[in-house]
Amino acid sequence: MSTLVLLTMTGLGLGALYFLIASGLSLIFGLADVLNFAHGLFLGVGAYATWWAGRHLPFPLAVAVGVLVGVVFAVAVELVLIRPLYARPIQQVLVTVGLSAAGVALLQAAWGADPRPFAKPGWAAATTRVLGAVVPNDRFVLIGAAIAVFAGLLLFLRRTRYGLIVRAGVEDRAMVTALGIDVRKAFTLVFAIGGAAAAAAGALAGMYFGSITPGLGGSLLIFAFIVVVIGGMGSVTGCALAAVLVGLVQQFANYYAAAGVGEASVVLLLAVVLLVRPGGLTGRTA
Amino acid sequence: MTDLLRVEDLHVRIGSSHILQGVSFAVPGSGVTALLGRNGAGKTTTLRAILGLVPRTGTVVFDGAELTRRRPYETVQLGLGYAPEDRGVFAGLTVAENLRLAERDREPRYDLVYELFPELRTRAKQPAGTLSGGQQQMVAIGRTLLNDNRMLLVDEPTKGLAPKIVTEVADVLERAAATVPILLVEQNLALVRRLTDRAVLIAEGRVAHTGALSDDPDRLQTLLGVGRA
Repeated sequence: MSTLVLLTMTGLGLGALYFLIASGLSLIFGLADVLNFAHGLFLGVGAYATWWAGRHLPFPLAVAVGVLVGVVFAVAVELVLIRPLYARPIQQVLVTVGLSAAGVALLQAAWGADPRPFAKPGWAAATTRVLGAVVPNDRFVLIGAAIAVFAGLLLFLRRTRYGLIVRAGVEDRAMVTALGIDVRKAFTLVFAIGGAAAAAAGALAGMYFGSITPGLGGSLLIFAFIVVVIGGMGSVTGCALAAVLVGLVQQFANYYAAAGVGEASVVLLLAVVLLVRPGGLTGRTA
Repeated sequence: MTDLLRVEDLHVRIGSSHILQGVSFAVPGSGVTALLGRNGAGKTTTLRAILGLVPRTGTVVFDGAELTRRRPYETVQLGLGYAPEDRGVFAGLTVAENLRLAERDREPRYDLVYELFPELRTRAKQPAGTLSGGQQQMVAIGRTLLNDNRMLLVDEPTKGLAPKIVTEVADVLERAAATVPILLVEQNLALVRRLTDRAVLIAEGRVAHTGALSDDPDRLQTLLGVGRA
């Protein structure tokens, strides 16, 4: 029983991390039709900014700095690199792939390729007993953060005018424009939201794995893309469901089959969902 | 009568197709002007080109403002309301959200919209994707009337609707035209004749006739490929 609980909590923690990355990725693709391969770099920038700030500030403040840096970086990427390329999807892919590679190289040049130990606050390093299982507290932090971001995104999408514009834009961007709305402002906003969530994921990934590397974002981005496709492009709720599913499948398969089977199982899950429901679990709605 | 909208030498090329080949016409500042033509003549493209929703060259002037360098949202903000051919309702949003999205004015005219379409009030919380074609058309026209627009571009509002609903839509357009000029694309000639005698006829991407529908009925009949207009 305790193994089941521990695996479930760890799977949910990992799913929470995937959700934080995938939610922004999904909104950006759903609204702006941009496949943002630089999204992993948003995570890396957030992780390193948090790590750097954590040497001078308490952990929560360091995370806030990391998130702020992530937002500024994401907005700058949208305004400078993506905005001139909205009608050119191939160039978008080239630019975001190039930026990702260059960004990782820059992080490596600045702080080296070796993992940087990521100091956890004492309360996050402690454990809590749940139904006989000893669960590290950082799992609760991850799950709590993902729930908070999910609730915040739902509130934003359902209760604000910009949320309404994003939901409509995911359906039909041209018609939103034909109603007299400058949809480009919403593009910048979803990049800011995506950058914030990815940077938070970077900070929490550092806490979860105990260290950060320049390539951390790239490896997590692969799973985030899988979550986006399984959940349905542009759907935050689908993203949450898919992230939980992927996290749990990966953990249970790795434990009960063999190490590495979890990753293969996730790809198999993706294939099954694409065959049965090509639009993803929830289809293309925010 | 002063022209509110002036289109001069409008060209639209999509891929290798030269869809509009120098369209020029003017729309006065009152009543309904019908934009007629056979299927594929370029009527919908003309409306979309006026708004800037398709790449275009030429001149489009609305109330003295040149539109061709403006983005579509800036053109709409000048007071051009648009109800597209496919209605353009957001299926995943409720009726109320569809209307709320279109709000531009400080005091949107919900009283007018609900007076013309009482059903939209009772169905406010219903997802727009579950509405019938006629009800979706009410949302599309309602959105244009919500703001104090200075001209409406309405594209085939009766397409696919039951005859009873067509009459209701015609009633609404007639009432709306009393307060705001309308450039109307419509295939239903009986409805057009009820609303106006003023028409611009497009054939093969060019203006083939401008003036009264009653000017030369036989020629119009030939150009439209239908029974007597």
